[in-house]
Amino acid sequence: MAFESLSDRFQAIIKKVRGQSRLTEANMEEMLKEIRVALLEADVNFRVVKEFVNQVKQKALGQEVLTKVSPGQMLVKIVHDELEELLGADQSEVNLSHRPTIIMMCGLQGTGKTTTSGKLAKLFKNKLHKKVLLVAGDVYRPAAIDQLCTIGKQIDVDVLNMGDKVSPVEIAKKGKEKAIMEGYDVVIIDTAGRLQIDETLMDELVNIQNDVKPHEVLLLVDAMSGQDAVNVARAFNEKLTLTGMVMSKLDGDARGGSALSIKHLTGIPIKYAGVGEKLDDLEIFHPDRMADRILGMGDVVSLVEKVQSEIDEKQARKTTNRFMSGKFDLNDMLDTLQQFNKLGSMGGLLKLIPGMPKISEEDSEKAEKQMKKTKAIIYSMTPEERAHPEIIKNSRKVRIAKGCGMNNYEVNRVLDQYEKMKKAMKEMKSRMGNGRFPGGMGMFR
Amino acid sequence: MGLFSFIKEKILKKNTKTKDKYVAGLDKSRKNFSSKLNLLSKRYQKVTDEYFEELEEILIEADVGVNLALDIVEATRQEIRQKGIYEPKEINEILVDKMFVSYAQQGENIVNEITFKEEGPTVLLVVGVNGVGKTTTIAKLTKRYLDQGKKVLLVAGDTFRAGATEQLSVWASRLGCDIVVGKENQDPASVAYDGMVKAKQGHYDLVICDTAGRLQNKLNLMNELSKMKRVISKEIPDAPHETFLIIDATTGQNGVLQAKAFKECTNVTGVVITKMDGTSKGGIILAIRDELGIPVRFIGLGEKMEDLEEFDLDQYLYGLCLGGEEE
Repeated sequence: MAFESLSDRFQAIIKKVRGQSRLTEANMEEMLKEIRVALLEADVNFRVVKEFVNQVKQKALGQEVLTKVSPGQMLVKIVHDELEELLGADQSEVNLSHRPTIIMMCGLQGTGKTTTSGKLAKLFKNKLHKKVLLVAGDVYRPAAIDQLCTIGKQIDVDVLNMGDKVSPVEIAKKGKEKAIMEGYDVVIIDTAGRLQIDETLMDELVNIQNDVKPHEVLLLVDAMSGQDAVNVARAFNEKLTLTGMVMSKLDGDARGGSALSIKHLTGIPIKYAGVGEKLDDLEIFHPDRMADRILGMGDVVSLVEKVQSEIDEKQARKTTNRFMSGKFDLNDMLDTLQQFNKLGSMGGLLKLIPGMPKISEEDSEKAEKQMKKTKAIIYSMTPEERAHPEIIKNSRKVRIAKGCGMNNYEVNRVLDQYEKMKKAMKEMKSRMGNGRFPGGMGMFR
Repeated sequence: MGLFSFIKEKILKKNTKTKDKYVAGLDKSRKNFSSKLNLLSKRYQKVTDEYFEELEEILIEADVGVNLALDIVEATRQEIRQKGIYEPKEINEILVDKMFVSYAQQGENIVNEITFKEEGPTVLLVVGVNGVGKTTTIAKLTKRYLDQGKKVLLVAGDTFRAGATEQLSVWASRLGCDIVVGKENQDPASVAYDGMVKAKQGHYDLVICDTAGRLQNKLNLMNELSKMKRVISKEIPDAPHETFLIIDATTGQNGVLQAKAFKECTNVTGVVITKMDGTSKGGIILAIRDELGIPVRFIGLGEKMEDLEEFDLDQYLYGLCLGGEEE
């Protein structure tokens, strides 16, 4: 079935390459293929996909895989970071410092210009307390002017309506005049939808731009649009000086890959996103959220990021090295526990890992309590005892138990757990033999 | 001679006005696509893996979708291997053959025109996401059937979008046909009901029911559509007899999800692809046919009322793939 999210696709592959410490050409090939398909299904332009996949490959080759992350997850993180970079990290809004600030809307038919004009007007009026004038410049589509007037009434914003017998250039000019005379802060000029190859209509937009000199020219892009979206944006950008894009219909289930393509190929920032049919449904565009949406997987990425920032890599490597050399004492066990603690609640962490069995809040709390107890017991030991657990006999156990306010039974439990962990690690070492740090929650229970 | 070359000859001989219009309308789409194919065959002396990779990309760029593109290219690859063909130009024809066959095999032969009931009004429901051109397409269909001497009634079922009812009313008065309108934000099902009642009393041949654009992942809006359909069936048994899903040619891979969701709640009987006079190739219709078997019935080629043609697979593929060739 088409449209599996990338995370679903990755689940299968991740299993295959589990336990490998480096991203190599061989273990990445299949994953890169999946990334390509996923991006194409998200409507990212095929040229951008090609370039992008190569870039990811270069970045990833030979990268060492972080301790607690599988190579697949590592690659996803690289993909995500690259996507985010392509989309641009900064949010950019319309600059309203001019008085009046003139905004011209343009785009293909049916992309949502009139609705978005209304949404912007409402945003500026209600949130920024601006006096807004809507200018009804779509004289071609039957009832487009009625539509804008109705919207104006709904949000209590004035609409300049000169009927459909006047040229849009005249209407736009009149709009600017009216705004200056009557002290409007913002003028939003709605225009008719047009094909980028319709020269007459494109020239009309050019004339409006030349005569009215709008501060912002916003291109509407439908989130559902396909491969051709880049050609459309390019053509509009060649004729006009676009200052930004608005992505409409992002409340649908389209991945909106065209946003990425257009941003990458034209450099025009996406400023707003339409997220519903109501006039409040306009948001400032967040490039990072878009990256997740295109990939169709939020959680894997946040996991990788969390793991990367929180784990003290050096510490982990030290423990791993020691363990590879066959040594593993209570100090190492303590380190491991502390690293896990930095990651936050167990339940929260488990929720982030796709395919992990769901554990209840209660269970995760229990596990955390247990971990705290274990740490307290180890803290109550002397350095010598931690380095050589085998010297802990009965009298030492009594002292340790007293030191942390617990009983012998609890101390025995920790020592048992240590022995099990040590054994498990030995087994794992012989199975993998490549130095990856063993994870798994079972050993902390 | 491949199946497609046969068709091509047939069309070349036909050379009717329709064909000219079709090709003219598709001009922008086809130039790109076919010139790319031609360029490709010129650049390669012999067929290599890269050649197939580029073929695949040309299909993907037409919004055919990755899966279908891979399938078609693979089928082409197999055939040339079997037949030992190495001439790039011939390979392009086989590719088009494969596209033709893949479309044709996905379902029974469909009559494009609406099939009219012998008695009582025939009901057509028009659905789709926002901004694809539902209302304009309805106007074009109305003109088509008025010209055929049918008595047509329009039902303004989009009571949500500001100006939608006005837009359809303008068309009704320009075309000179009757229209049933509701109040702003009135339950569209009740407008549909009024429409069905009037259709029966007034002995209309065709009722075309407009609906508000809705994104297919909005459950409550999709339920609203199911309700409209139920109300219509209650008044006129078997109605709606036809449900057209309008797809914008610029639509990317989401088109398949659209078709799937609308098919589930309204039993879509055909697709009308709009805005084919732009540069988009509309390849998503092939993916929709491939995944769901829904046939394309009409194709919108411009903003004028006459710019609606019956869908013709031969001509579509011909215009798309090989139209730029000098014969």
